[in-house]
Amino acid sequence: MRHVYPFSAIVGQDEMKLALLLTAVDPSIGGVMVFGDRGTGKSTAVRGLAGLLPPMTVVEGCRYGCAVPKDGAGCGYCDRGHAGHDKIHKTKAPVPVVDLPLGATEDRVVGALDLEKALTTGEKAFEPGLLARAHRGFLYVDEVNLLEDHLVDLLLDAAATGENVVEREGVSVRHPARFVLVGSGNPEEGELRPQLLDRFGLAVDVKTPTELATRIEVIRRRDAFDRDPAAFVAHWEKAEKAVRKRIQKGRDQLPDTTVPDEVLERATALCAKLGTDGLRGELTLLRTVRAYAALEGHAEATLADLRVIAPLCLRHRLRRNVLDEANSTTRVERAIDELYAAA
Amino acid sequence: MTSPSWNDAELIAALLAIDPTGLGGVVLDHPSHEAAREWLTLVRACLPDGAPMRRVPASVTEDRLFGGVDLAATLSAGRLVVEPGVLAAADGGTVVLPMAERASAAVLAGLVEVLDAHAVRVEREGIAARHEARVALVCYDESADDESLPAALTDRLAFKLTGLHVYSCADARATALSDAVTAARPRLASVTDGAAWLDAVCELAQAYGIVSLRAPLLAWRAARAHAALAGREAVTEADATVASRLVLLPRAITMPSPPPPPPEESNDETPPEPPSADDDTPPDAPPEPPPEAPEPPDAPEPPPAEEEASDDARPPADILRDAVAASLPPGMLEQLLAQSGMQRGVQGKVGEETVSLLRGRPRGARAGEPRGGARLHLLETLRVAAPWQRVRGRTSREQRVALRKDDFRVRRFIERTGTTVIFVVDASGSSAIARLSEAKGAIELLLAESYARRDRVSLIAFRGATAETLLPATRALARAKRVLAALPGGGGTPMATAIDAAVTAAIAAERSGSAPLVVFLTDGRANIARDGTPGRGKAAEDALAAGRAFAMARVSALFVDTSLRPDGTGRKLADAMRARYVPLPAANSAALSGLVRMVQQEAGA
Repeated sequence: MRHVYPFSAIVGQDEMKLALLLTAVDPSIGGVMVFGDRGTGKSTAVRGLAGLLPPMTVVEGCRYGCAVPKDGAGCGYCDRGHAGHDKIHKTKAPVPVVDLPLGATEDRVVGALDLEKALTTGEKAFEPGLLARAHRGFLYVDEVNLLEDHLVDLLLDAAATGENVVEREGVSVRHPARFVLVGSGNPEEGELRPQLLDRFGLAVDVKTPTELATRIEVIRRRDAFDRDPAAFVAHWEKAEKAVRKRIQKGRDQLPDTTVPDEVLERATALCAKLGTDGLRGELTLLRTVRAYAALEGHAEATLADLRVIAPLCLRHRLRRNVLDEANSTTRVERAIDELYAAA
Repeated sequence: MTSPSWNDAELIAALLAIDPTGLGGVVLDHPSHEAAREWLTLVRACLPDGAPMRRVPASVTEDRLFGGVDLAATLSAGRLVVEPGVLAAADGGTVVLPMAERASAAVLAGLVEVLDAHAVRVEREGIAARHEARVALVCYDESADDESLPAALTDRLAFKLTGLHVYSCADARATALSDAVTAARPRLASVTDGAAWLDAVCELAQAYGIVSLRAPLLAWRAARAHAALAGREAVTEADATVASRLVLLPRAITMPSPPPPPPEESNDETPPEPPSADDDTPPDAPPEPPPEAPEPPDAPEPPPAEEEASDDARPPADILRDAVAASLPPGMLEQLLAQSGMQRGVQGKVGEETVSLLRGRPRGARAGEPRGGARLHLLETLRVAAPWQRVRGRTSREQRVALRKDDFRVRRFIERTGTTVIFVVDASGSSAIARLSEAKGAIELLLAESYARRDRVSLIAFRGATAETLLPATRALARAKRVLAALPGGGGTPMATAIDAAVTAAIAAERSGSAPLVVFLTDGRANIARDGTPGRGKAAEDALAAGRAFAMARVSALFVDTSLRPDGTGRKLADAMRARYVPLPAANSAALSGLVRMVQQEAGA
């Protein structure tokens, strides 16, 4: 009934689209942080992503959308099934793309005691929250810099550990919550905590297009969508299908895609040159370049692939001097140019 | 005096009623409340019968706004009863937000979501729901000098209605407008672009220096609604002109080639050039409408297509630009530009409010009795009690919930969210000129320190007769640096006024739950008294008096003496203020930031 603006119909913003596709191919890359001006289609892209993800196999009746467990890594319900108590049935479900409203309260994010059940039957039951709903999918927070710090901490904690541990009002629950955190924000409206930034795998800077032809095209498509959403969506279905296929292919190829030593060495050199802290930078570069190669259909990642994705992986990891107004993207690109020229 | 906005008021009401969700809404710029009420009546007349109109008071709680648990019903029914909020209740109508500049970040976030998704999602207190909320938003901008509407909101609202002081709309006129709107609504979806007017609107938006893409999109939707209102099937120049004037002009940052006197255009051998603009002024947007005429809205526009012939050679965007300019009274453009310039200066407001959002918001609950000012957290209390109901012998639904003393939960609030460092910088001629750049350097260093600590920073500069808040408390330190770099020097030293301003800022910071620390950078040599008169004696006296008042406020402070040869004036003043005194010559940068930390720790102890 409600029509969602198709992902492929978004004009430009290639870097943002690429970042989302990469995490769709390999969710272990980590989240995506999208910085940018207002009205650049950030939310539209994330919401459009939902329509592109191939459906996933889940255990029927599982409230957490677990995959069919092989090794007891599922929730209590699925593991019990695994141990042979109940028969497990498989079914297909769409990949969740959960939108976190800024007014959400902590109990809805992590889940809480089911008040209704408790009041009517006196039963102590857990009602899963948004983290459970986002399991194996995407969790989107628009204007993440406006979200309360303690909620951000909760999200980051769950995103990092892959599970949600609830200990409140007598409920003690632990369930898997592996999701890709997608945040967006406008740095002009309040700084983000540096610790927070570092947790995102990729970072994208989106700009409002300044070229007139592009701007006209944006408005024209939006107008067409406004007037007849159904026809517009139908018109773009072919393009959507192509992207869907590309994601699926990328996923299938990912395990067989290799990253040769020279690419790894270059990645390490890049991190050293930029002075990024810890190993997160290298690790993200490695995973992202592999996902990119898979998406592009290369059997082996190349130095050129690395060059494409490096700014995505590194621009938010530079040791930041707030008072240095030099754009971090420029700094990353300068380092890449120097390194590639020297080699 | 006939105000041209009378007519715009009607147009805006009509267009909003035709496409409420597409156009988002309107900002009423400092309206008189009587006029606003009259105007809202007109909007209501234009909307379909029974369309709700809900007012969101500034004090609205989140659960009332988005919807939440209906406690009374929940308790009596013994099961969770959800009550939809104001936004959901306004579905299909209008939401009125008075004092929009005071809206909390939470309210703002909700409204932004409603404008984007036309629905409210509730994720709180055990409820997960989605309610349709297809509304048009009417915001009253009642901001004072240093306030402004959050850009996140204004960016999504198509119109801005200024000068709504006296307004009335004759019944017959309102009925005519309402009929035209009713006829227009079904036509809207089929309105197409007549001749590349969409491109022209985009081009004009760019020429006006408008970055956001929402502006041309909203303008285009307004043009389509206007075409529907006029009974047309395609957008024409007239529609694009009105839409651009109503939507784009108030957002203009720059003006393309000063349009009011267009001398170079007239020499491209089309003598009827000015007429082309003048001619369509009466039909589509008459600045002086005959107020008694009841017919303008329904069949006002004789299709002005015939004019386009004379303009064939010119690109639509140029035609549009001149048409928009010509439909304005002279002098308006400059005024508009000055306004939009101001708006740009106050971006980042949302970020600040985020910070205050933390304060006073409950952060969970803890066991305890609701007395001594502690507030009961009813829902948490119920949640704790719920699992025990069976045990406590509650067997049927008719029975009340059995609560024990141990069940009580009280709200916990987040207190002190950190420090607000208030820099009070002497930019006067006396000391400052010589050492202003050094002072700036010192502040930058402190700013970097503050960033690491997640402090908020605010900046007050004083010179001449006044102390001016250059930057209200913010965490956007890059902005602080920019403002500082642009700070000019020269003029007298209104020391007393500066100290007063510091006290005000410190109290404001305290009230928002943050611990203030004031850092003065001055030589302390006052020469402007509190009342603005020059003269050292009186000025010094006033300064010391202000300093004593400062001491009474018990705010931790650091006084950095920036004079070249400290002569005791600064120390005397610092002592009166009970501020830690440091002469700048001794304060090399590292020592200075160390001091700030020390003063903070002392204050904390």
